[in-house]
Amino acid sequence: MPREYARREILIKLMEFPCSALLLSLCGLQEVEATAERADEATAEALYGMGIQVDKCIGCGSCVAACKAENDVPEEPFYFRTWVERYVIHDDGRVQVDSPDGGIRGFTSRQEDGASVLRAFFVPKLCNQCDNPPCVQVCPVGATFKTEDGVILVDSDYCIGCRYCIQACPYGARYLDPRTKTADKCTFCYHRIKQGLLPACVEVCPTQARVFGELTSRASPLRRMMRMSELQVLKPSLNTEPKVYYSKLDGEVR
Amino acid sequence: MAEHFERLESILGQISGYIYPNEIELHWGLLVVLYPYITGLVAGAFILASLEKVFRVKEIEPTYRLSLLTALAFLLVAPLPLLAHLGHPERSFEIFLTPQFRSAMAMFGFVYAWYLTLVLVLEIWFEYRADMVRWSQGEKGLKRVLHWVLSLGSRDLSPAAVAFDRKAVFTITVIGIPSAFLLHGYVGFIFGSVKANPWWSSVLMPIVFLFSAIVSGISLVLILYYVTTMMRRKPLDMACLDKLSEFLLYALIVDFSLELLDFIHRLYESEESIKILSELIFIKLGLSLTIVQILLGTIVPLALLAVARFTQLPAELKRVTYFIAALLVQVGIFSTRWNVVIGGQLFSKSLRGLTVYKLELGGMEGLFSSIGLLLLPFLILFVLVKVLPPWDEARGE
Repeated sequence: MPREYARREILIKLMEFPCSALLLSLCGLQEVEATAERADEATAEALYGMGIQVDKCIGCGSCVAACKAENDVPEEPFYFRTWVERYVIHDDGRVQVDSPDGGIRGFTSRQEDGASVLRAFFVPKLCNQCDNPPCVQVCPVGATFKTEDGVILVDSDYCIGCRYCIQACPYGARYLDPRTKTADKCTFCYHRIKQGLLPACVEVCPTQARVFGELTSRASPLRRMMRMSELQVLKPSLNTEPKVYYSKLDGEVR
Repeated sequence: MAEHFERLESILGQISGYIYPNEIELHWGLLVVLYPYITGLVAGAFILASLEKVFRVKEIEPTYRLSLLTALAFLLVAPLPLLAHLGHPERSFEIFLTPQFRSAMAMFGFVYAWYLTLVLVLEIWFEYRADMVRWSQGEKGLKRVLHWVLSLGSRDLSPAAVAFDRKAVFTITVIGIPSAFLLHGYVGFIFGSVKANPWWSSVLMPIVFLFSAIVSGISLVLILYYVTTMMRRKPLDMACLDKLSEFLLYALIVDFSLELLDFIHRLYESEESIKILSELIFIKLGLSLTIVQILLGTIVPLALLAVARFTQLPAELKRVTYFIAALLVQVGIFSTRWNVVIGGQLFSKSLRGLTVYKLELGGMEGLFSSIGLLLLPFLILFVLVKVLPPWDEARGE
């Protein structure tokens, strides 16, 4: 008897396999797979990133001003989608960093305090559009999300204003818009790039310190910059996988 | 909004070193300090109650029902500070409707609902069912109706039914202990899992939160038991007080050891953040961490409890010592929550500077609304105690 049972079970199993395949295809599994493939293609076509050539930044602050104007960022100096930091490293190893009003009006010369300067430079900062974004992970309602082209956006009609994402961002790139009481941040000027324009900060940069483009297209200026320079990202140990790449980045920059 | 900007403006002058410009506004204020404080009291009070039911610690029986009602009163208030803190409280229900399952915070609603309805309310109902039936039978007017409604029309006082109540309470408590651990361990996880913040990011955080919760819950019930017994002019059960303070002492020792371990581990590993964190501790948290949390809130009560419990003090002096120790523990635990929540935002994620927290007096995020939110559970507890007296003499048996 047991042997007969076993044979019967095998026959049933053999029947089950084509049946379930048929059933799944009827339910539209192929459709789902096809959609997923299309989505992959779309992603492959456009995956946005930014390159920042630290040695080219002159700290003029045009990018900060352009960003505030373009994106209606509150003008008070507590809200920035992008800002510029100045690093001054002294002979004795002291590091001084400042960003007066986010660097929006540029930088005035510093008061000398005796110690001579070893090196000094400016570093533009913005949302790193992480591929592994901690802000998206923590949002309790999914109001902040990653688009197919890799940009992290906030749905201000959906955000509940809990500010967990602001806490979770290692780069200080988020703020709570005092008018809408929702989280806000750099979008790479999503409304512009979807029309083939450059982000406002890139558009106005007089020295082309900021390079915008598609990470996946070989012809993009970003890819060219990435081929020509040694690149760094900010806080790599946190495994956020930023899509903002810095060339000539100093180890002091955090 | 102008006021808001003025306040931020005034912070600018008090920043030392460099902080990112978006960090000038400190995002989680006093209300978010209240949240882990209150939830901790809930979890702690419940765990104390379960000691009696599951582990059969008979001495603390007089506090069993009081602990349950305390846990309920504080649990009802627990979500309010969070709600008041949201930019859009009217959208808070989205956490239930469209939760983002990878978010630690999204789980709050579910953990909360589970704990409130399935654990606490059910346990209290089964615990009080027979008494509610007896009360409503012996009462007149509104109280009769109230107890009848609360008993859900139950009338059965047979030994079998009462035995079933007991069994149900036991089962729920067995489920309740891991639930209480989950409730507060989870709150610790909300902070401990933020990798961007070196002050929070620690695997020990949920466990430290849990033990500090147990400490705060036991000490709160001790205080409440002491005060309510005094107010009702009844004799204090010394065996019960002894046992409570014994548990308080042990929990405090575990809690303090865990915090020390965390501290030594950070110091020994000496990671990138150690410099700014030591500045944080010595410059910004000197008073609230060293003096209030560690000295007044931990070491002094540890000494008081140990001396009172294990030496021959006169009963009068002994219970006053217990009471003072429990009060100090409350102050200590509150500053623990403060040091975690506020402390974690006083340094820049650039690890290059420190900022300040300006406590407002009025307004939703202010001191007065927080005091109100802290008093509210006591008001609820007062009502609960009137409706469901937890005292021995009120039992209908």
